[in-house]
Amino acid sequence: MSDDTAPDENWGQQFDRLPPTTDDRVVEGRPSREEVIDWWDERFGVDPAVFDGYTFWEKGAGKIWAFNGEVVDPIEVEGLGMRILRTRQRHWKPSTNAVQRFCGDATKNVVELSPSEAQAFVDGHDQQLDRWEGDWGYLTAAHEIAGELEPLGVGLYLHGELRSTVPKGRQEDLVKLD
Amino acid sequence: MNPLQRYAPLVDDEEAFFAACERPLPSVVRVNTIKTAVARAREALDDEGVAYEPTDWHPGILKLEDSSPGTNWPYFHGWLHGQEEVSALPAIALDPQPGERVWDTCAAPGSKTTQIAAMMDDEGVLVGNDNNLGRLSALRHNAERLGVTNLVVSNQDARNFSMKPFGERTPEKDGSFEQFDRVLVDAPCSCEGTCRKNPDVLDEWTMNHVKSVAGIQKGILRRAVQVTKAGGTVVYSTCTFAPEENEAVLDFVLDREDCEVVEWDVPDGFETAPGITEWEDDEYDPSVTKARRVYPHHNDTGGFFTAKLEVTA
Repeated sequence: MSDDTAPDENWGQQFDRLPPTTDDRVVEGRPSREEVIDWWDERFGVDPAVFDGYTFWEKGAGKIWAFNGEVVDPIEVEGLGMRILRTRQRHWKPSTNAVQRFCGDATKNVVELSPSEAQAFVDGHDQQLDRWEGDWGYLTAAHEIAGELEPLGVGLYLHGELRSTVPKGRQEDLVKLD
Repeated sequence: MNPLQRYAPLVDDEEAFFAACERPLPSVVRVNTIKTAVARAREALDDEGVAYEPTDWHPGILKLEDSSPGTNWPYFHGWLHGQEEVSALPAIALDPQPGERVWDTCAAPGSKTTQIAAMMDDEGVLVGNDNNLGRLSALRHNAERLGVTNLVVSNQDARNFSMKPFGERTPEKDGSFEQFDRVLVDAPCSCEGTCRKNPDVLDEWTMNHVKSVAGIQKGILRRAVQVTKAGGTVVYSTCTFAPEENEAVLDFVLDREDCEVVEWDVPDGFETAPGITEWEDDEYDPSVTKARRVYPHHNDTGGFFTAKLEVTA
């Protein structure tokens, strides 16, 4: 089936590997590996070396996955590593799971929440946060646990308000233990 | 009939066996080393006032004293995963290494899959397959919460698993492969071993189901051996005591595929019994004694069966 698709189309049922750089780009609008790694560095200060072993893939328009291994390109499977980023829109949006996985040592745009703020954030509530004087946009929300800061997820900071983007399924994870 | 009666002749202490099967199972969590260290996870549980006891044989597998501790930050962060103690055995027998290619044939909901990912340091190619799309979504959710990034999720019937998506027919392309280093077959089964968690399995048990599921098990294990490279490892596990689904399946596949049963290192302090060579009117290959049976009264766990095979050609 994939054989019927011209190589310059973005095909929703398969994973296509990102080109190394924008100069290598064949598919219109597809971000490059370099752009994705630069984005994590510029936004959160994530060391590009963290992604050395990773390959990056697009499935469906703008949904970027990071996979810590090598497979054939393209590949028709149900999942490939972790969804890390939504691109092909003005402000790229990181995923909760990716921020938890890769922003443990983030140096930029990390907002530390108090215990009650952390609880509200994970419950999906938006909250006033006038003390934040950094950038607007997507932040790593973090709290202290076992003596160190740990990322909770992605907050969208606009007009003095921190909006929680923690997905419903992850909100339930706070209480589920069996 | 209580199907457990069938297995009374197999156990060393009938009374202890039946008594253990009646008791509820302790809640157990595994520390997910992809996202944190064992010491930090334990510190977080201490801070939350969640009481636990590490198991004798694994510092990262913790028995909780209260089964529902409520709000739990370490769980939210994906530092912990609820996993029955005995179900940590097959990944230990499989012994996956970072960078390898590994296939988990019946992966959902992913306790063993995510344990394998952690043992691989989250590097390489781990294919988590399940034939049920609904169960696959649970696998995805668990894998993402636990921060797994080396998992390929696939939705095939494991009995005729196709290597075509992985580039079997295009070996010239980068990243293509046609065989795995290791495969786990944690097979669908009649599950009496989980009766401490889910007593309904005993009421629903039928001999017909044993017979039909044994056919599926044989098909999956054969395919697993076929797609594993020579010298590679296949682990076969179930949570049933039924010899028809355990030793008989091994015996069937030993006759038809290039593989042999090998010993595996059971963790110190974990009691097991050897696989059996005779059951009702059947006899099995003597090498199936290298497989390990786990009865609930041995270590206060569920029941389990784990065999390690080496692929010879």
